[in-house]
Amino acid sequence: MDSTQVALAERAAEQQRHHNKSLFFYVWGALLLMTAIEVYLTYQNMQPVKMLTILMGLSLIKAALIIGYFMHLKYEVSRMKWLTMCSVIACLILMTIFFFPDARRILELGVK
Amino acid sequence: MADSAVHDVPSVYEPSLFGTYSKKIGMWLFLLSDSLTFGALLYAYSYGRISTAGWPTPFHSESIKNATIMTAFLLTSSLTMVLAVRASVDRKAKAQTLWLLATMACGIGFIVLHGLEWSNLISKGLSLPMFPAVTGAVAEPEFANVSKTVPQFAATFFGLTGMHMLHVTLGVIYLGVVALRRKFIPILLVLWLVAWLATPAYSPFHYGAHVLLVAAVVISIILWLKPKVYDSSDVEVAGLYWHFVDLVWMFIFPLVYLMSARI
Repeated sequence: MDSTQVALAERAAEQQRHHNKSLFFYVWGALLLMTAIEVYLTYQNMQPVKMLTILMGLSLIKAALIIGYFMHLKYEVSRMKWLTMCSVIACLILMTIFFFPDARRILELGVK
Repeated sequence: MADSAVHDVPSVYEPSLFGTYSKKIGMWLFLLSDSLTFGALLYAYSYGRISTAGWPTPFHSESIKNATIMTAFLLTSSLTMVLAVRASVDRKAKAQTLWLLATMACGIGFIVLHGLEWSNLISKGLSLPMFPAVTGAVAEPEFANVSKTVPQFAATFFGLTGMHMLHVTLGVIYLGVVALRRKFIPILLVLWLVAWLATPAYSPFHYGAHVLLVAAVVISIILWLKPKVYDSSDVEVAGLYWHFVDLVWMFIFPLVYLMSARI
């Protein structure tokens, strides 16, 4: 690495030294707790759409915790946060717009 | 404040767009593209599920219990990984290696449990045409019917979870190289031999084990061409990859297992 890269890496390391270690344990506990809630809900005989909504909601919260705290994106510069997250979310929204109405249409039309 | 700090770093080049070192940006860009790969596989599974009447629910309580333990393994491995990164920035080499080994142990636990789950499903008759037939096994009617009436299930299930298992395997190898460097190569070769010889010929893992051999060859070439001591930036970048495989599982677990649980 050249001197710029070394300086940037050292700055990133310096930032991490200030993170409270106990925070990682809280995040880990929250992730395990949400997993336990998901498994509990599985056996509650809920409507599939309602259950899917809750499970995906919990999964998004878990994903946000992992990206934010474990992957340290919370501590990166705002450009990095917005560009990375907006681009991937935009792609996933596009896939949702195209795939799911079509999947439902096939089911409703009875195409085999 | 963080944005302005980027421009304080003296350089003959333009300031980094994302305010961090290139290796980390490269890994983030790879992970973004990989998230679309997994996104496509998850959408394929969901598409199949919505558009197919009579989608099976083959996961009994043992499978759910198994998958829950696998999830706990991955979540714990993320904690040990973040502690390895912390140890590396604090320049505690021994603690860094130990936390990386703990992360690898959790990853191996995940792979073993996942392999057992796959083997169990295959022996019960939920299989793909490309998998060799299990000698002497009688398929359970429930699973045999699933393979015939809803072939999309086995295709998307094995495709999605297989891709994830491959990522976890490569992640364990990646961490092994960062933690042990050249010392990891003989360990990897032993793991390859064990995985190859200990699995029956009809198991997909009998052939899948050769991924470890290919990885050992690639690692040998990389370490021969560019031997180096991995610093905290390398550990952090490896951590990003590892957390990503954990992140993907947070969607596979509810979508594939919990939504197809037999209650």
